[in-house]
Amino acid sequence: MLAINNIEVVYDNVILVLKGVSLHVEQGSITTLLGANGAGKTTTLKAISGLLRTERGQVTKGSIEFNGQRIDGMRAFDLTALGVAQVFEGRRVFEHLTCEENLIAGAHVQRDYGKVRDGIDRVFQYFPRLKDRRYQQSGYLSGGEQQMLAIGRALMSSPKMMLLDEPSLGLAPMLVEEIFGIVSRLVAAEKLSVLLVEQNATMALGVAKHGYVIENGRVVLEGSAEALKKNSDIREFYLGLNEVGSRKSYREVKHYKRRKRWLS
Amino acid sequence: MGEDLDFFFSLVVSGASIGMLYSLIALGFVLVYKATEALNFAQGEFVMLAGFVAAALLTAKGMPVVLALIATIAIMIGFSFGLERVVLRPLLGRPIVAVIMATIGLAAILRGLPPITFGGDTRTVPLPIGDNAFSLGPATIAPIQLYGVIVTLLFLAGFTWFFMKSRKGVAMRAVAENQQVAMAMGINVERYFAIAWAMAGIASAVSGIIWGNMLGVDVQLALVGLKVFPVVILGGLDSIPGAVVGGLIIGIVESVASAYIDPYVGGGTKDFVPYLLMIAALMFKPYGLFGKRKIERV
Ligand SMILES: Nc1ncnc2c1ncn2[C@@H]1O[C@H](COP(=O)(O)OP(=O)(O)OP(=O)(O)O)[C@@H](O)[C@H]1O
Ligand SMILES: [Mg+2]
Repeated sequence: MLAINNIEVVYDNVILVLKGVSLHVEQGSITTLLGANGAGKTTTLKAISGLLRTERGQVTKGSIEFNGQRIDGMRAFDLTALGVAQVFEGRRVFEHLTCEENLIAGAHVQRDYGKVRDGIDRVFQYFPRLKDRRYQQSGYLSGGEQQMLAIGRALMSSPKMMLLDEPSLGLAPMLVEEIFGIVSRLVAAEKLSVLLVEQNATMALGVAKHGYVIENGRVVLEGSAEALKKNSDIREFYLGLNEVGSRKSYREVKHYKRRKRWLS
Repeated sequence: MGEDLDFFFSLVVSGASIGMLYSLIALGFVLVYKATEALNFAQGEFVMLAGFVAAALLTAKGMPVVLALIATIAIMIGFSFGLERVVLRPLLGRPIVAVIMATIGLAAILRGLPPITFGGDTRTVPLPIGDNAFSLGPATIAPIQLYGVIVTLLFLAGFTWFFMKSRKGVAMRAVAENQQVAMAMGINVERYFAIAWAMAGIASAVSGIIWGNMLGVDVQLALVGLKVFPVVILGGLDSIPGAVVGGLIIGIVESVASAYIDPYVGGGTKDFVPYLLMIAALMFKPYGLFGKRKIERV
């Protein structure tokens, strides 16, 4: 469905951020992309969604294909029409617009207003909480509600592929679970394909089928979610568990050791 | 006592009607700022240019009035549209100062053009509306002002409807909130910038016709544009209701203040009181009465 082939991304013509990233997203499933701060996760998503150029970034090598069509270099709003929707890190709801207006804005590529109304009802079915907040200014919603709105808004363009950037950021575990549950239902019911960027590996590997780990602009590990969950480095670094299964803090994991093993 | 009150009332009425006409000019400024965050320091010059166009077309032989008015609006839409394309779009993403300087430069150029092309004399914008003043209780109001206010109200209602109720209007507000996110919603951001400038062109055209009729058209007409700043600072840079309320306040205050203070200071009150209000607003209400403020939560 989505294939990224060995891309390099450069910002401002000089800052090389992605140094050969390849990944595949299968239709109708969740693929997760894990990595620490600054690894290049968001950059990967922006390369797909065409938003790089708004930040003076560019795919300088490799290619991105969506359903067999070459999409690197396409404009962001054309990609939305093609069926790629991005949910931003930090949610980025249109604060001064109401919940419903956010959804209407999200449906921009949908010409038929009847379908827009249907879309709003569908979003309210998946996220009943938003219905109660329908006419409220979205800037005053809670973090969880804003995340739901951001996902709902992306759904409004009837995407085939959703790029989800750290939806768990700053949310209580219960809420993260609720949101991930809804995303899983969406994937099953709407045949949606999802590329899920996360730092919360436990949650992400819980819903994903396949996963990649990116470090410093390179994919250093990939495999099925099952295999990744068992991988000792992932367990140590992301899941915070050491060999005996007890919790371990991030700081205790020796950085050099991690890097060395992933690269070998 | 009754006479004083009548006098005061008529000052308020004439101030309010002039204020509404300031609002119309301010609307052009607000529409552009709201959508594109560009500050158009040439708004007064746009009005002046529209005045020249209207004067030329309305005094042309054999040109029906309605056609001349429509053509003025069309030309101003074309002008703003072209300007956005040629001058402002290449400046997208540059520091806001670049856009400000570009519009200030443009303003100077526009003020320089009419003397070369149209000559230096003051022209008229003749409209077939008679000159019997309407009376409103003790106050009288010139026909152009009354019609001007009505037209302004219609435009305000139209633009308000557009932004609040139409899908394109919601999209434009989304663009105003966050261009990158709007783009990810499938919104062609640059097209909406162009639409905003075109709408500002309409407001400028109508302002040019009305103000040109009231004051006559020459380079001086651009000076009414200076009143835009106190109006929008007071009302809020990005607020349409703000432009109305700001316009009303500035219009009424300057009318009342100049009647009561001018005799003691020998005139000029009209020119500085609005700016006093502007500075007070900047100090006490930095977003204006209706301006959008950043929502701070989390
Ligand atoms: N617009 C930009 N211009 C220049 N460099 C950038 C830009 N955006 C990101 N970078 C750099 O690219 C690298 C990767 O950033 P990116 O946002 O993709 O990381 P990330 O994996 O999403 O991190 P996080 O988990 O913190 O969101 C960082 O070093 C960052 O400084
Ligand atoms: Mg990121």
